[in-house]
Amino acid sequence: GSISGKIVDEHNQPLPGATLTIDGTTLGGAADANGNYKITGIKPGTYTVRARFVGYDDVVKSISVNGPVTLPVNMLPSNKSLSEVVVIGYGTQRKKDLTGSVVAVTSKDFNQGPITTPEQLIQGKVSGVQITSNSGSPGSGSTIRIRGGASLNASNDPLIVIDGVPISNTSINGVANALSLINPNDIESFNILKDASATAIYGSRASNGVLIITTKKGGANAPFTANFSSLNSLSVKTKEVDVLSADQFRDLVTANGGASQVALLGKSNTNWQDQIYQTAFGTDNNISFSGGIKGLPYRLSVGYLDQDGILKTDNFKRTTAALNLNHGFLRNSLKVDVNLKGTYTNSVFAQGSGAIGAAISFDPTQPVYSGNSKYGGYYEWLDASGNPNTLAPRNPLGLLEQRQDTGTGKRGIGNASFNYTLPFFKDVQLNANVGFDVSDGAGQTYVPATAAAFYTQKGTLSHYFQENTNYVTDYYAKYAHDFKDIKSHVDFTAGYSYQYYSFYTRAQQGYAADGVTTVGLPSNPTKPQYYVDGFFGRLNYSFNDRYLLTATIRDDRSSRFSDLHRNGYFPSVALAWRLKEEDFLKGADFLSDLKLRVGYGVTGQQDIASNNTTNNSYYFPYLARYSPSNGAAAYQFGNTYINTLRAEAYNQDLKWETTSTSNVAIDYGFLNGRISGSLEYYYRKTKDLLVDTPIPDGTNLTNHLYANVGDLNTKGVDFNVNINAVNTKDFRWDIGYNVSFNKIKVTNISLTGDPNQIVPVGTIGGGVGNTIQLLKAGATPYAFYVYQQVYGATGTPLEGVYVDRNQSGSTADDKYLYQQPNPKVFMGFNTSVTYKKWTASTSLRANIGNYVYNNVAASTGAYAGFKFSGYLGNLSSSVLDTKFNNYQLFSDYYVQNASFVRMDNANLSYNFGKVAKTATLRVTGNVSNVFVITKYKGLDPEVQGGIDNNFYPRPRVFSLGVNLGF
Amino acid sequence: CKKDLTPNYDQTTASVYKDFANYKPVLARLYAGFAISGQQGPAGNPDIAGIDEGFSNYIREYYNMQELTTDESIIAWNDGTVHDLHDMVWNSQNEFIKAMYDRIYYQIAACNEFIRQTTDGQLSSNGITGDNLTQAKHFRAEARFLRALSYWHAIDLFGSVPFVTENDVVGTFFPAQKSRAEIFAYIEGELKAIDGDMVDARANEYGRADKAAVYMLLAKLYLNAQVYTGTQRNTDAITYCNKVIAAGYTLEPHYRNLFLADNNNSKEIIFPITFDGLHTTGYGGMTYLVHAAVGGTMNPVDFGINGGWAGVRTTKQYVSLFTDITGNTDKRAVFYTDGQNLEIKDEYAFTDGYAIAKFKNVTSAGKAGSDNTGNFPDTDLPMFRLADVYLMYAEAVLRGGTGGDAATALNYFNLVRTRAYDGSTAGNINAGQLTLQTILDERGRELLFEMHRRTDLIRFGKFTDASYVWAWKGGVMAGKGVESYRNVMPIPSTDLINNPNLKQNTGY
Repeated sequence: GSISGKIVDEHNQPLPGATLTIDGTTLGGAADANGNYKITGIKPGTYTVRARFVGYDDVVKSISVNGPVTLPVNMLPSNKSLSEVVVIGYGTQRKKDLTGSVVAVTSKDFNQGPITTPEQLIQGKVSGVQITSNSGSPGSGSTIRIRGGASLNASNDPLIVIDGVPISNTSINGVANALSLINPNDIESFNILKDASATAIYGSRASNGVLIITTKKGGANAPFTANFSSLNSLSVKTKEVDVLSADQFRDLVTANGGASQVALLGKSNTNWQDQIYQTAFGTDNNISFSGGIKGLPYRLSVGYLDQDGILKTDNFKRTTAALNLNHGFLRNSLKVDVNLKGTYTNSVFAQGSGAIGAAISFDPTQPVYSGNSKYGGYYEWLDASGNPNTLAPRNPLGLLEQRQDTGTGKRGIGNASFNYTLPFFKDVQLNANVGFDVSDGAGQTYVPATAAAFYTQKGTLSHYFQENTNYVTDYYAKYAHDFKDIKSHVDFTAGYSYQYYSFYTRAQQGYAADGVTTVGLPSNPTKPQYYVDGFFGRLNYSFNDRYLLTATIRDDRSSRFSDLHRNGYFPSVALAWRLKEEDFLKGADFLSDLKLRVGYGVTGQQDIASNNTTNNSYYFPYLARYSPSNGAAAYQFGNTYINTLRAEAYNQDLKWETTSTSNVAIDYGFLNGRISGSLEYYYRKTKDLLVDTPIPDGTNLTNHLYANVGDLNTKGVDFNVNINAVNTKDFRWDIGYNVSFNKIKVTNISLTGDPNQIVPVGTIGGGVGNTIQLLKAGATPYAFYVYQQVYGATGTPLEGVYVDRNQSGSTADDKYLYQQPNPKVFMGFNTSVTYKKWTASTSLRANIGNYVYNNVAASTGAYAGFKFSGYLGNLSSSVLDTKFNNYQLFSDYYVQNASFVRMDNANLSYNFGKVAKTATLRVTGNVSNVFVITKYKGLDPEVQGGIDNNFYPRPRVFSLGVNLGF
Repeated sequence: CKKDLTPNYDQTTASVYKDFANYKPVLARLYAGFAISGQQGPAGNPDIAGIDEGFSNYIREYYNMQELTTDESIIAWNDGTVHDLHDMVWNSQNEFIKAMYDRIYYQIAACNEFIRQTTDGQLSSNGITGDNLTQAKHFRAEARFLRALSYWHAIDLFGSVPFVTENDVVGTFFPAQKSRAEIFAYIEGELKAIDGDMVDARANEYGRADKAAVYMLLAKLYLNAQVYTGTQRNTDAITYCNKVIAAGYTLEPHYRNLFLADNNNSKEIIFPITFDGLHTTGYGGMTYLVHAAVGGTMNPVDFGINGGWAGVRTTKQYVSLFTDITGNTDKRAVFYTDGQNLEIKDEYAFTDGYAIAKFKNVTSAGKAGSDNTGNFPDTDLPMFRLADVYLMYAEAVLRGGTGGDAATALNYFNLVRTRAYDGSTAGNINAGQLTLQTILDERGRELLFEMHRRTDLIRFGKFTDASYVWAWKGGVMAGKGVESYRNVMPIPSTDLINNPNLKQNTGY
């Protein structure tokens, strides 16, 4: 006989991955993507079956089997999801036992629509976690900041752990973003570790939080299921940078330019931004097979993504395969888990051509094509000799169409973990985990000899190859025991972890387009490497299920520091009090959960210049070294060119940056968990900041050095609430809202503690060497450092007139710190409504108090733009307001309020359910980046880092998806 | 598990000096410190940070300090505070002044490191003997010369400056500030001390300093001693000019050839900074000197480059040093006037101000340099050359130094004039015409853009006050006098903050 049916949740949505087992047998099955399960080969009889799913109460039913029977299962969320298990560092924990700040987001809560990199699945979902997509280019990934980041010059990226392998987030040449090598469709859950008591077990890499990603797995004894999904999308440009039209430009040059400039005007009307953008098609197809063969659960998935960018020629193709196997040996006392993921990507990079900037500044009165065959037929500005004018922008379309910038990336991530329960002492489990993360990127750039961009050197052909290697081994033992007599539970984990990284970049020779004529001399190969290893321990103690204690310690070593400073100790302790269990709240029925958590911990940072994979200075900063020059930085003695050796700067005293975090939180639940959430306050203090600081001149072998000089602190509040507003059989309405406040202040940034030390940062366009931001004690990092604009009677800014803030009679020294790029408040809102087979959902995000320096307007918003010698450049429309003659790059006029509300996503799906004997179907329509409400005058207010310069626009994406299950 | 990691493709300091084959590459890097900006040409892996790598190149910044601040040069670009240099309104936060200062101290620190690692004791413990030992001592002396050269730049520009030597360890400490006169004495002592270890004049490999370079630097120090120490040393200047002249350099027959891609063949150059379109590349140095001067209707091909950067031009006050600006008589009138206005109404317009066609990446035979991209010139920078020595001799005699004579002074002066007129004596002057003003003007004509102008104007008392003004001096079109404290540059504010031992120069 057999049992089959569908497992659904409280609002009749399928629960993929829910398992059904038959007590007293080894038989069982798991629900597929549509919630269907089937168990076959059952001898006739009456059985007790048990359905299980994480976060839901077990359902136990009795059933007689004699031939095929159907058993639908309705599961209800376990009370307030308290029995939910979350993944923490080196282990798992029941949610109700958590003392630290850990947020789990599982696949059913993921963002919908076309998503190419994993972190976008949870954008806007978690308080305190800010995810900003880097650009509109496919695969370009995001910048992730958990509670704003704890470092200055060292990495602010969180540690990302996939199936037990801390992956390298370092950039790979040939791939738009390292995270784009992970297929989001394979991901089951994210666990976000926010505070130090949760992260300190990761020691030196935990200051900026930890993202633990778990991929989908097969179920034990589950029947074979297949799932196919296809999402097809169209991306369209939403907005253009506001520059002058051809007619406006003609009028302006005629009115304000000299005869030589007027003579350069053309007769065409070209919208260059129209020329370079396109409507882009994308398709994302995934097929997965899962089941359990003779008790060997497996899941195999294959994905293929092909996404065009809205910038012409831009394209990203990705093929992924993932395999999970897990099996119990020795009567399940030895569990083995194997995860393998492989990715192959092909990219065409259009952004590197510079076409976006060129389209903004190229003269709109000129035609796209010159009418002759020179320079590929594209119109170009020429110099006195008839060659392309090297100072002028190149034809934007020519830049795109004459350039082949292609890259391929490969990445393999895998691990095998072993969990062995001692047969004679079942309280003890031994764990071993070995894993690797190997990626390489290769590519080439080709521009033909006829193109203006590389005209004198007759085109270009260059290649690159990079290989990043990372392997990890962890060994740990866990002891867990209930001491019923004293109402206590103890679990204790102790272990050792070692992780090694290396980054190899091959030497590179450039060629002219013929591939034979060399251009310049080859670069040198590089291969920096480092390791981090450490011992760790964790004690969890709970008394009477009410009082919880977690204490962790990690003793880390990083090869980045000299033997004297290699060790760092990172302890944490946290207490939680489950007030709801106390007698005085037992009767408060409206209150379903109340927990108070207090934690303190110390974490470390050693990851400096994490995106520089070629310079040993960031990997051996303590070591006295000599580095070789390449052949193009040689020096002539006699008739010989000598490749030189440079003595490198070093700092023997360099040591860990340490962050101590205090966290106070309340977890709450009302009305049987229909309203739940948490409120957290944190205070974080980072000392011995690893800062790339100017040093006393002459004392070392450069003018700046990584040293432990600064301090900063961060305070913040994270709040979130989830509301199940309506919950009936046919109608369900869920609402989620989160809001985060965050304030960062640098308290010192000088070797001598001098509060006047300033470190200019934030390079801007419009003249080399100009910066717009500042690091300074007492200020928030990266605040804008500008002059205060004076406005005329009509509200127009007066050119070059600034407020004499210190009343010195001159405004040359009157730059001041004005606003900041980071939002003071950011929030996420999402809601979904299900009515019968229809589900509609949307998600919105808002940032408040973030400012952006409109570099595009600043660097093109003056008549000077058409006064270059020999060519004209188009101007930002802001010049119509400002009428500036010369660029006023440092006016606060260009620091603009970029607060915004963005609807990330609107989604409607219809679940057809069973459409054939064994097939189920779901169809989804989706719009991403639906609208943005902002006062910001540039293209897009959401700019990581706060400097808007030639931003690749985020498209609006319309997509249609189908999901077929078998 | 790999426990003891060592850097791939690098050597540790502990091992590098065990092999004599490494010594010359380390020495070459000290010379290259003037020419390039980092360990990867043309850019990438810079020596110093906080400013664009190409911008901060030693020679490029030295040009900015010595030329942009004077009548000889004005720049059109919109980069940072670069206009403050010509406008003479710079302050201690000027990133170009900081870059110069940082380069000087980078160079001093790099020399200190080599000198520290090549003491007699170190050479012996590293097993360097025989001819290698002799070579190593030459290398060490050259490193001391290069350090002295940078210290000279330091006191010339900044006055009293931090003092670090090979006796300081590499780390982060607070060097003491020494007075201009103290460091003057230190440089003098160093240059005299290394005389014995330097290779004889004109006997070293091309590109490396020899005894004549040491004498030249001593002569420059003495000629400016009044400014640096308050005591004139013109007699010593003459002594060392004579030593250089006695070494046998000859004037290049054609002035223009001194600044072309094959100027390494010149017998006039005493100490060059070498550049090569393939092997010594970057966006400072000669790349800057050639590209930045080309713009407007100038044809880049004539300069052996792929395009001009439309940056530097000259003022009409400089142009007025010439009676014939066509270049038909005095070949040093290298003005490009087509489409250029003599008057500079707009500092930011390349076409305001006559352009200068002096440094070019073409050979004397008219062939373009070796870099087929047209980016990087082969042209070397003549840092010290014989014509300069002749004029220094004449000036030192005129200023009352002994050990020379007026007739020789006039002769040397006229040798320079005759060469300028391409062998014609039509431009020669008589003894009565040889005045200090004549010498200053002649230095202007002869050494345009060769980075002597600021020092010269200060020595002649014409740099800051209103006795000589040029377009946009003081930030006004007609030019005006500025505060006398601007005869020295400010110590950059970064170093004042980082090093509590330092005191800012008066006025800043």
